Amino acid sequence: MAALQGRLAENILYFARALRTAGIPVGPGTVLDALQALSLARVVNRDDFYWTLHAVFVKRHEHTVLFDQAFKIFFRRRGYIERMIASMPPETMSGSPKAPPPGVQRMQEALFYGLDQLEQQKSEVEIDARMTVSDREVLQRKDFAQMTAAEIAAAKEAIARLTLPLDEVRTRRLVADRYGHLIDIRRTLRASMKAGGAVIDLKYLGPRVKQPPVVVLLDISGSMSEYTRLFLHFLHAVTDARKRVTTFLFGTRLTNVTRAIRQRDPDEALAACSANVADWSGGTRIASSLHVFNKQWARRVLSQGAIVLLITDGLERDADDTLAFEIDRLHRSSRRLIWLNPLLRFPAFEARAKGVQTILPHVDELRPIHNLESIAGLVRALSGAPARGYDPKLMLERVA
Amino acid sequence: MADKTLPNSIDSTLDLLAKADYIADRSLATVLYLALRMGRPLFVEGEAGVGKTEIAKVLATTLGRRLIRLQCYEGLDVSAAVYEWNYGAQMIAIRLAEAEGEGDRARIEHDVFSERFLIKRPLLQALEPDPAGPPVLLIDEIDRADEAFEAFLLEVLADFQVTVPELGTVKALHPPIVVVTSNRTREVHDALKRRCLYHWVGYPSAERELKILRTKVPEIPKKLSEQVVAFVQALRKEDLFKSPGIAETLDWAGALTELDIIALDPATVSDTLGVLLKYQDDITRLDGTKVKALLDEVKSELRAAE
Repeated sequence: MAALQGRLAENILYFARALRTAGIPVGPGTVLDALQALSLARVVNRDDFYWTLHAVFVKRHEHTVLFDQAFKIFFRRRGYIERMIASMPPETMSGSPKAPPPGVQRMQEALFYGLDQLEQQKSEVEIDARMTVSDREVLQRKDFAQMTAAEIAAAKEAIARLTLPLDEVRTRRLVADRYGHLIDIRRTLRASMKAGGAVIDLKYLGPRVKQPPVVVLLDISGSMSEYTRLFLHFLHAVTDARKRVTTFLFGTRLTNVTRAIRQRDPDEALAACSANVADWSGGTRIASSLHVFNKQWARRVLSQGAIVLLITDGLERDADDTLAFEIDRLHRSSRRLIWLNPLLRFPAFEARAKGVQTILPHVDELRPIHNLESIAGLVRALSGAPARGYDPKLMLERVA
Repeated sequence: MADKTLPNSIDSTLDLLAKADYIADRSLATVLYLALRMGRPLFVEGEAGVGKTEIAKVLATTLGRRLIRLQCYEGLDVSAAVYEWNYGAQMIAIRLAEAEGEGDRARIEHDVFSERFLIKRPLLQALEPDPAGPPVLLIDEIDRADEAFEAFLLEVLADFQVTVPELGTVKALHPPIVVVTSNRTREVHDALKRRCLYHWVGYPSAERELKILRTKVPEIPKKLSEQVVAFVQALRKEDLFKSPGIAETLDWAGALTELDIIALDPATVSDTLGVLLKYQDDITRLDGTKVKALLDEVKSELRAAE
């Protein structure tokens, strides 16, 4: 193993670093695993080398693409992998058909050491260039500094102060509960042992309650641009307070920003979000975004009785049957679909736009979300408690 | 099955799987081989019906090991997954002890919470020594269990041990071969995945699917098998809510063989589409004309390939 730790280890270390740059979380333990795997697998060709590293470094299906790119760029030179394989010490090759005769390895190291170092540096530079910027789309970074600083500060503070109440659903898991309805035999027996089994003091179990996951679909198209910034702050606060919140942004296409928004500092989180999203303040394609969500994400994030918050003004120009179909599917696969529409700030708002008319029959609740008060109302709604003086059903009827 | 030791190379892993009619691709064999050699759990994820569960079953039969299966569901708890006390027997033991005039409470407690009254559930069974070698532990559809259970599994998968408060820690002398499967109806936590080797099982290539089909449904006519595979492969390129998996291909091939069909025609395909597609939306999307167009395309491609 000692010799293997040398140049091969160094290369794997560099490769791991490249993967990290590309966005695959790779810890030092994984590098050790990779070395162990390589020495066990007795790699003889490029494919095996690829899949061995893949087995260790990739922990999510989405990362396969990144890994593939990084691998191709990093080990692009012909013969590079073959040399790496050859550089593995003889003991790891035991049992393989051809063990290199003694001396060969030293020769190879002498011949290729400097060369590899050069290649190493070159490939690293290229990875940096290719991995950080998407050249397919011109990134249109939305500048968050559009509101006055004082306004933002006030709003942010207010949002952070909103205490998110516990929204609870019963799960099938049982916990000790004095007023439960099932007898907990294990605890009962343990308790009765205290008295030497003379007294049987019944202990009970009840269903455990937990917060259901929240899935947020936030429209970031041009017509919503004055709100998105504050909504993101709100979503950050929600994500911070609850365990399972999945956030998607959509304009012309759907982007999952859950990881970005999970960062502790709200400003950092928002910056990370804006770096991830390519279509700030563009057009809206609700139907196609929902289609992508239904097809790729719904089964992964809606399975545990999720509440869906759809934040959009519903202004979709080409609202046709597909929109109705997709919103219906979304409604059927979520426990509760809440539509948050900032346009409800106008008292005379009516469902005249075609998109609004299409979405309306398929949502459970329609709520305004244009100021702090309405956000506070939403927080109450999320808690499952009936909001005072506000009937979302009435709102549905009024605009319909 | 003469060779029941662990495979010692990627090629022999492929052979091992092939022995039990499991046609794997090299990437799966690589990760499986590594999992076996490094003593790590294997975490396989993929769409329904691509043969994830089958991996564990095949491993158990070819290696001659016991297969212990833990099917996950919401609310799965320790008493169903790890151990439970035999309360009835414990009660009787307590009464007997009393009748015999045994007054030492600590003694009774010690006797009652001994291994004699322990009912072992899958996870504990998997840690026990087995004469045939460490068993294969299949933790099926982990995405159906809730996070609380996932957190509990961390101890089991990292150190191959569980803690029974009344008895102490039970540790496996020889760690079992663990296969964890997930349909990805939710994301499994990274902490759990980090302890495993991960593999995504995708849909097979046409070539491999044909091989699988002929292995599993040997009585199928050659021409029909080619058409079936080409049609299913074409179907997977369509914008469907749920693409058919290998299990569906095999079911469909079986159904067609039962019906004594020797070549596909649009009417037969439309009639038997329910075997392949399980969502009404998908079935309506594939109406008669669409099926005919797809089938013509597939047939002309097959003709060109000849």
